[in-house]
Amino acid sequence: MLLLHLARKSLTNRLLTTSLTALSIAFSVALLVGVENVRTGMRESFSNTVSGTDLVVGSRGGTIQLMLYAVFGMGSPVANISHDTWKEWDEHPAVSWTIPYALGDSHRGFRVIGTNDSFYEHYKYRGGQPIAFAEGRAAQSVFDVVLGAQVAERLGYVLGDRISVTHGMSAVGFMNHDEMPFEVVGVLEKTFTPVDRAIYVTLEGVTAIHMGWESGGPPMPGDEISAADVLAMEEVPVSQITSFFLGAESRAYTLQLQRDISTSEDEPLTAVIPGVALSEMWRGIGYAEDGLLVISGFVVLVGLLGMLVSIYTSLDARRREMAILRALGAGPRRIVSLLVLEAGTLSIIGALLGVAFVYVGLAALQPWLEGQFGLQVPIQALDGMQLMYIGTVIALGFVAGLVPALKAYRTALHDGLSVRI
Amino acid sequence: MVTDTPLCIDARDLSFAYAKGPPVLDIPELTIRSGERVFLYGPSGSGKTTLLGLIAGVLNPPPGTLSVLGHDIGALSSAARDSFRASHIGYVFQMFNLIPYLNVRDNIALPVRINSERKKRLTGRLDEEVASAASHLGIEQLLDEKVTRLSVGQQQRVAAARAILGSPELIIADEPTSSLDANRRHAFLDLLFANVADAGSTLLFVSHDLGLADQFDRSLSLPELNRAGE
Repeated sequence: MLLLHLARKSLTNRLLTTSLTALSIAFSVALLVGVENVRTGMRESFSNTVSGTDLVVGSRGGTIQLMLYAVFGMGSPVANISHDTWKEWDEHPAVSWTIPYALGDSHRGFRVIGTNDSFYEHYKYRGGQPIAFAEGRAAQSVFDVVLGAQVAERLGYVLGDRISVTHGMSAVGFMNHDEMPFEVVGVLEKTFTPVDRAIYVTLEGVTAIHMGWESGGPPMPGDEISAADVLAMEEVPVSQITSFFLGAESRAYTLQLQRDISTSEDEPLTAVIPGVALSEMWRGIGYAEDGLLVISGFVVLVGLLGMLVSIYTSLDARRREMAILRALGAGPRRIVSLLVLEAGTLSIIGALLGVAFVYVGLAALQPWLEGQFGLQVPIQALDGMQLMYIGTVIALGFVAGLVPALKAYRTALHDGLSVRI
Repeated sequence: MVTDTPLCIDARDLSFAYAKGPPVLDIPELTIRSGERVFLYGPSGSGKTTLLGLIAGVLNPPPGTLSVLGHDIGALSSAARDSFRASHIGYVFQMFNLIPYLNVRDNIALPVRINSERKKRLTGRLDEEVASAASHLGIEQLLDEKVTRLSVGQQQRVAAARAILGSPELIIADEPTSSLDANRRHAFLDLLFANVADAGSTLLFVSHDLGLADQFDRSLSLPELNRAGE
């Protein structure tokens, strides 16, 4: 009790230095804990790019490649899936729903994805949030276009704008399908996933873009098909898609379905469980966050060194105080305890303050982080890892106090009751 | 002169050297009886600080050479010496007596708080005893002041109040008056004597100012007692 009293009085007596020291520790701790929070948030956000989907299916190939083109809109598939094969799986008794994707075209650098109503109904991201419309409606007819939030923002399109779609992925494609007048009928809400960076049309729309291109090149003069021709068709045939998302009737069927699809004799296919593939991918690219963690570890060390220095430099001024305490009967061990207690108290205050900074900061920045980066940093109780960090900082604080305390111990023994300065 | 009371300090062939150094203290005999007011004359370099450190148990004398209040200081462990000092000895320094971040009240109460035995010697509640010690020395109105606001004379009185609190058997005053002017010096001594007499304590008063010697029961000269360094 006496030591606590002395430590408190001594710390408050040097309020400016002690609060600066506590602040520097607080910032270190806030950084350390905050980085860990952001890390968790990034991992969660990434692994939840797509959710609710049990399998992602594409032509046979690498699982990462499949995830990249089907989920992240990067790279392209090696081969397509026939419409019939997709339909077969779509009607499979263990399958609840599928979302077909027909990829391959772009509009001013953004991917065009042919899909159907199932996309608007079943596609989920971030813990099961569904696709929602900022304005307009889903694409229904051949020339309807729905824009991802970022596409609408970047290109400045509004409902009713007419756009053309490029065959192939080049932004300045020289083979523009100018003859196909697509119309914007809907804009999606921001999702902070690759969904925002794509343009959605119907499967029939994608087929229409390619009519007359069956030979691989532009239609011969005279063979062009006009928009009016397409609209006049009773039904636009869809022969191929690129990949599809699949929701099983029950989670329990997922593994069996994955095996059946991957070993199907009809067509060589690959099926991936997205959650598994995403965490695998994160392990590959998440190392940058480890670097961040190492840096914030060093920041903590610097904060503690600052405390060490400030206690150490105050020691000479306190030699007289040590001598008085000794004369009044305090043993050297008590004097060591006093200094260690002061350092420990500083680091505890610093750590608590740091945690407070994190929560206040998160509360203040959470909407901005989500709005700007799609980063959902959860405000939650400290996890075991963070508690361990904080415990380590506090323990290091006590240890840092030990260094000047031992010097004070030797000085106190040497000075005895008089101080030779 | 007191002659028939038990010995408070009893040193025989007391010698002391700091690690690897030559002996700084070599005293064949030094005895002070309980209740005596002794003036110890010691210019700087005469081993005064070392002797006080030994008596107070801050330094470790060889066993069997120094007995204070019947305790063989050299035979006590370091922790036992600390506790012995806290419970039986009141100490007044030359200057800078007080812990700067505690107020007057807390400074006076400090030794009692450090040591529970000293607390047991209190006859009343701690804050009453602190107030009474303060009023004996005329500083009762300063109890809640910061010690850094006090004059040197006031600080010395706070230190004296701290030393007499709980009536320790032995009060050591190490040049407590050297920073006071002549008038205040005598006033301070009068207060100190009155309080020491009330508490029945032994007073060992160290100074290089021989002019004060005649106010004490007895005066000793450390250079004469100490054979080391001759």
